[in-house]
Amino acid sequence: MSLLQSTAYQIKNKIISREIKSVDLVSSLFTRIKHVENNIQAFIVTDEKKAIHDAIEIDKRIERGEEVGLLAGIPVAVKDNICTKSLPTTCASKILQNFIPPYDAFIVRRLKEEDAIIIGKTNLDEFAMGSSTENSGFKITRNPWNLECVPGGSSGGSASAVAADVAYMALGSDTGGSIRQPAALCGIVGVKPTYGRVSRYGLVAFGSSLDQIGPLTKDVRDAALLMQVIAGYDSCDSTSVKVPVPDYMEGIESDVKGLRIGIPKEYFATGLKSDVHTVIKDALKVYKRLGVEIIDISLPHTEYAVAVYYIVANAEASSNLARYDGVRYGYRSNNAQGVIDMYSKTRAEGFGNEVKRRIMLGNYALSSGYYDAYYLKASRVRTLIKNDFDAAFEKVDCIMSPTSPVPAFKIGERANNPLEMYLSDIYTIPANLAGIPGISIPCGFSKEHLPIGLQILAKHFEEKKLLQIAYAFERETDFHLKKPPLNVSSLQGA
Amino acid sequence: MDKTVIEYIANLSRIDLSEEEKVFFIHQLSNIISYIEKLNRLNTEDIEPMSHAIISSNVFRGDEPVVSILREEALSNAPSKIGFFVKVPKVID
Amino acid sequence: MEYEVVVGLETHAELSTITKLFCGCSTKFGAEPNSQVCPVCLGMPGVLPVMNKKAFESAMKVALALNCTINKFTNFDRKSYYYPDLPKNYQISQNYYNLGVDGYMNIDVNGTIKKVRIHNVHLEEEAGKLIHPEEVGANYSLVDFNRAGVPLLEIVSQPDMRSTDEVESYMQTLRKILLYTEVSDCKMQEGSLRFEASISLREKGTEKLGNRVEIKNLNSMKSVIKGMEYEAKRQAELLDRGETIARETRLWDEVNERSERMRSKEEAQDYRYFPEPDLLPVLIDEKWMSEIKSTIPELPFDRRQRFMEVFKLSDYDASCLTEEKVLADFFEYCLSISDRPKAFCNWIINDLLREAKDRKLDIYNLPIKPKQLAALVETIERGIISSTIAKEVFSEMILTGKDPQKIIEEKKLVQINDEGFIESVIDKMIASNPNVVEDYKKGKKNALAFLIGQVMKETKGKANPKLVNELLVKKVGG
Repeated sequence: MSLLQSTAYQIKNKIISREIKSVDLVSSLFTRIKHVENNIQAFIVTDEKKAIHDAIEIDKRIERGEEVGLLAGIPVAVKDNICTKSLPTTCASKILQNFIPPYDAFIVRRLKEEDAIIIGKTNLDEFAMGSSTENSGFKITRNPWNLECVPGGSSGGSASAVAADVAYMALGSDTGGSIRQPAALCGIVGVKPTYGRVSRYGLVAFGSSLDQIGPLTKDVRDAALLMQVIAGYDSCDSTSVKVPVPDYMEGIESDVKGLRIGIPKEYFATGLKSDVHTVIKDALKVYKRLGVEIIDISLPHTEYAVAVYYIVANAEASSNLARYDGVRYGYRSNNAQGVIDMYSKTRAEGFGNEVKRRIMLGNYALSSGYYDAYYLKASRVRTLIKNDFDAAFEKVDCIMSPTSPVPAFKIGERANNPLEMYLSDIYTIPANLAGIPGISIPCGFSKEHLPIGLQILAKHFEEKKLLQIAYAFERETDFHLKKPPLNVSSLQGA
Repeated sequence: MDKTVIEYIANLSRIDLSEEEKVFFIHQLSNIISYIEKLNRLNTEDIEPMSHAIISSNVFRGDEPVVSILREEALSNAPSKIGFFVKVPKVID
Repeated sequence: MEYEVVVGLETHAELSTITKLFCGCSTKFGAEPNSQVCPVCLGMPGVLPVMNKKAFESAMKVALALNCTINKFTNFDRKSYYYPDLPKNYQISQNYYNLGVDGYMNIDVNGTIKKVRIHNVHLEEEAGKLIHPEEVGANYSLVDFNRAGVPLLEIVSQPDMRSTDEVESYMQTLRKILLYTEVSDCKMQEGSLRFEASISLREKGTEKLGNRVEIKNLNSMKSVIKGMEYEAKRQAELLDRGETIARETRLWDEVNERSERMRSKEEAQDYRYFPEPDLLPVLIDEKWMSEIKSTIPELPFDRRQRFMEVFKLSDYDASCLTEEKVLADFFEYCLSISDRPKAFCNWIINDLLREAKDRKLDIYNLPIKPKQLAALVETIERGIISSTIAKEVFSEMILTGKDPQKIIEEKKLVQINDEGFIESVIDKMIASNPNVVEDYKKGKKNALAFLIGQVMKETKGKANPKLVNELLVKKVGG
């Protein structure tokens, strides 16, 4: 296997042992980016010069025998809704096209502290609003497994980059499935941590009570490695929690014998594609072989999750996105007469349709006379959804389901029906509403040879357990080692 | 959802809509809203609303100064400025 | 028809914390534009607020001082409206669970005590400042975000006030409480204390409240009173003509002393309040509450009552002394040295206060310390110097900060009580002013005052005036 196809964990040891140099790795990576980027369009911006510079510095430090960080010399991609001080942060929106933040997000600081090499910023649905990365204001990212298909979203750029081996690991954000779903659709691992586990400081807010940053990686061990770096308390985020961070790598091989796995019947109902269902059933057989106990459970309020989500997330978004007004930063319309006109034209010209739709929906749900019927009602049903999980976790250790009811769909196929698009997030949304952690791991392929993801959910702050359970599957299977056909034609890079 | 409502909401959202866009969004938002109406099937009278995904409280910082960023940096992204002021079209109360 | 005016006040007070409500930027007034800002208070993408504990506790302190019930669960909400000085285009405020509710404040209205109910006390963030250039034809405004994010306390009264006197007393009393609790500097000229009034009229003797009108842009207590008088008159005229009062917001124009309609209730802003997801709720237990309570000093109203009762001061004197906490503290410090309340009171509210004002200093920063004032008062009371000489000593003390005893010694200002010496001076004066003595004997009483004056002049004011008087009367025959 080529170096670029290796995992971060494998490469990390080679760099530290000086078997390979970070700078060589970064150069060959950028060569490969030049080969495949035209096809997949994963990045909004890359910074080769800085990456090379940083890699040289790390190599020097290793040579001098200095102590280096957990991600020393490893190329990492960052979703473009996470603030980086020297690189533009656009959220794939025209309204922030030239915005360069004067500060680094907490997790970007963490990456730098651990000596990671930030290679660029990845594409997304504008302001992370979408499930296909088609709503980017700049470009459409493609699925490396089939360039006519979407990579999922909103962290489609990050997922596509990792799947195509143009980043060893990537960061995404997950508000209703935006890490797990693209990870599933691109055949990689994606983790949405517990709400509060990873600081949101510097993550451009979409739905503040739902957003979490998390890893997209080639395998489970890498996810554990990246979690180790980004998890932890941050005094700049009031919702960040002071729960100690465990060693995610330690004991990752623990066996799962006797584990109680809950299978929610609501997640296997209408809308679930049959070959996805089949693949998930096969995955459960693997676990059975490992000695787990499969228990049928019910999460009765699942059918309301999408409705609750579209009220809560968009109400929060309508207010989070009010700041894009052309006053202090970002795009300002030149055709305006007076301040109010400036606001309305700036926002009309700067935002895409999906963002406009959600802002309006959110404002509607909060507006005078509708607050109780929509926002408050949704907040109450949210409690019911959380209670469903609390009750389930009395009986089981984790919950398994498909990550997405369908594999990657064709670009443009769902663009004209927002509601249908929203409904495809049905399995991922409830975890965000409840604040619990979830992981998606590759578990098979559809008839069209598109990847399918298995979602595992656990109680608050049980990421370590999730990683152990996921690793147990990975050890028994080789789906995570499968590479998209893209590689065959363009392996020359490494 | 009708024209009056969409105009009211567009104004609240500070988003200019053309007549065609109004028709387009009335249609789409109506679909979504009628889907959302399904929540009314649930009786939630005694259920507490949930506005945070974690149960925690009383997070504070001390009243300790942190050095502000440079003015040049603070205003480097401003689309229009005069000196160290941000410039906007004339605001009339 | 005869109307009763019904007024409620909304008060905004900037809290005098070192840093802003949600970030570590300085709150200092008057800095260069946009020099006290950071990504958080500029509302940059991705930033998050973290609450300043001092600001929260200051707000709680005021809520307690205003006898509010403290909500054991309190939360923050986003209030949405677009304005270029509001960085996020929402203000973090409180709406659903205010920090303090259902309080009251006693005010003194020309000797009668009245209870004004407080609807709520809550904490929010200040907006930035808009500057409108005066140059002709300028079609732009400028924004300075230095004030954006400064902690702001909002105190909302019930519509319990019925006259300008009541409103005046409410504002003064509230201002004093904010100063006493040391939460705000209350400088109206710097905007750290602001009032908005809502005013309605109703027919005298009826209960039902009329439509209320909100008046904004009241930049001083004087404009509150003027704006209120104007509005009451405007509404009365409309009602007399049989018109109805529109529920609206009006802007006070200080220069032309009139108000103008800003927006009607129908156009009222739709603030779309919802719980701020970036801040967690605050739970307040008894222990914390009593800790904060213990930091509240005796409040001006109570202190004035005590000064009147315990020290037998007049209403006027007690009010003057309790006007500012430092004055009352100075007074009580003096009293701890010697028990002469009336004398201290006079020196403080006449002389010290005048000097402090002239020098634009806090009374504590004058060169005269309570101990020295107490010593000065003692020398007078013991007859060592006369009160006339005392004024001279005081002037010297203010200039040099020296102890009164030292000044008296240096300038040889000790009062002359030697009868023989005084008699000799009197004899000399009688001899040189025979006509005046004649006049006195003929019944011209003020001739005596002239002679006393001459004796005092001759002794450079040091003769005991009481003794001079006695001896003179004896000499010239009374």
